[in-house]
Amino acid sequence: MGPASMIVLIIAAVVFSLIAIFASKFVLKATRNKQKGEPYECGVPTQGKTWVRFNVGYYLFALIFLIFDVELIFLYPWAVAVKQVGWIALVEIIIFFFILFIGLLYAHKKGALKWT
Amino acid sequence: MWSLSGITSEINHWLYESFSPFWAVTIEMALVCVLVITLFAVLGLILVLMERKVSAYMQIRLGPNRVGPKGMFQTVADTVKLLVKEGLTPAGADKVMFNLAPFIAMISAMLLMAPIAFARNFQIWDLNIGVLYLSAVSSLSVIAILMAGWSSNNKYSLLGAMRSGAQIVSYELSAGLSLLSIVVLTGSLSVSEIIQSQADGWWIFKGHLPVILSFIIFIIAVTAETNRAPFDMAEAESELTAGFHTEYSGMKFALFFLAEYVNVFIVCAIAATIFLGGWMPLHIGNWEGFNKIMDYVPSSMWFFGKTFFLIFVIMWFRWTFPRLRIDQLLNLEWKYLLPISMVNILLVTLIAIMKWHF
Repeated sequence: MGPASMIVLIIAAVVFSLIAIFASKFVLKATRNKQKGEPYECGVPTQGKTWVRFNVGYYLFALIFLIFDVELIFLYPWAVAVKQVGWIALVEIIIFFFILFIGLLYAHKKGALKWT
Repeated sequence: MWSLSGITSEINHWLYESFSPFWAVTIEMALVCVLVITLFAVLGLILVLMERKVSAYMQIRLGPNRVGPKGMFQTVADTVKLLVKEGLTPAGADKVMFNLAPFIAMISAMLLMAPIAFARNFQIWDLNIGVLYLSAVSSLSVIAILMAGWSSNNKYSLLGAMRSGAQIVSYELSAGLSLLSIVVLTGSLSVSEIIQSQADGWWIFKGHLPVILSFIIFIIAVTAETNRAPFDMAEAESELTAGFHTEYSGMKFALFFLAEYVNVFIVCAIAATIFLGGWMPLHIGNWEGFNKIMDYVPSSMWFFGKTFFLIFVIMWFRWTFPRLRIDQLLNLEWKYLLPISMVNILLVTLIAIMKWHF
C-alpha cells in the first residue's frame, strides 16, 4: 500500500481508542461528586497553582537538542550517498562533526549541560 | 509453500477479480485496519503478561497464576477491570487536551507500524525513506506525553512529563545516529533494502566492532525513549506516583499503557530489523547448505523470535539496573553516548569506504 496506509493507520488508531472508551462508557455506572474532580496528590489538598514557571534546565536541553536534531536531518542524505562519493564525504563529515563538537564544548563550558 | 505473503497476494487477487477496483481498495484498507487493531490488542495482552511473568521469575516468585492455565488470561481480566472503571477528568484540567492525549499516543504508536516488515514481502508500506519515517514518527509520542502531563493540572504529572520530554528528545539523537551507521553501510533508507542487504549475514556480525557498539547504543537509547527502567524517571513510582498519567483512569489509562507497550515492541522490532536482519534467517556468507536449512524456518518466526528476545532483554534491564537520577541520565546522553556515537559513525564510514565489512 502507498501513502494511503498512513491515513488507514490513523483511522485504525482513532477507531480503536473510540471503541475502547465508548465500550467502557456503556458498561460502567458513572457517579459524580466533588471529591472525584480533585487532583490526586496522595490524599493531601494540593498547595498553590500547578501551572507555574518551571526549571530552566529543561529548556536549555531542548535548545541544544534542536541544533543536534537539525544536524541529524543533514546526515540522512549524506549517509545514503557516502558509499558513492567516497573519501571526500568522510573528510566533509569530519569537518562537520568538528564544528558541531566545538558547539557542544561551548555549551558544556557555558554550563548548559550541567543540571542545577 | 505456505507463507504470509502467499496468503496476502491470494486475497489481493481474489478481491480484484470479484469487485470493482474502488471497492477492492476499500475492502483492502478495511482489512488492514482490522488486522492492525487485532495485532495491537493481542500485543498488549501478550506483552503485559510477559512483563509480569518475567519480572516474577526474576524475583523467584510465580507471578499471576489464578486466571486460566498458568495465569494466561490475567491481562484479559485486567482489561475487563479497566473497562468497568470510570474515566475521570479532573475538575481543574484542560479538558480538550486531557482527552486528546491518549488518541495522539495511540496514533503515534500505530503509525510506526507502517514500514515494519513482519515477514517476507509482508509490509504495510514499503517506503523508500523508511528509516527517516521511523525516526520522525517515533518523536511524535513526546507530544502526547507533554500534553497529558501539562493538561492534568497535577504537579506529579507535570514533573513526569517534563522529565520524560527532556529524556526522549535527548536520547533520540543517539538512537538516530546509531541507525545511521547501518544506512551508511547499506546506502539505502528503505527498510526492505536494508533487510535484503543482510541476506549473507546480519549486520551485527558483518560490521565488526563499530556496528556492535552502535547496536548497544541503540538499545540503551530506545530503553530511555520508551521510558522503561532504569530510565523510568518519567513515572518513577516511588517519587511521582505514576508520572504523566497519574490523573488518567479507566480506558484512557489503558490506552496510554497499551501505547507504551506497543512502543516497546516497535523499537525492538526496529532494532531487530536494522541490526539483526528482520525476517532474514541466519545466513552465513556462502554456506549454501546451512542457509538452505535455515530457510525452512518461516520468516515471521525469525522476526518475532528476534523481537521478543530483544523485548526480554529490555525487561531484563529493569530488574538488573537501579534507576538513574535525572542529571545522571542527561550526563550519560550528552557527555558519553552522543560523542561516542559521533565518533562511531566516522569509524563505520571508514569501514564502508574501505569495504572492510563482509
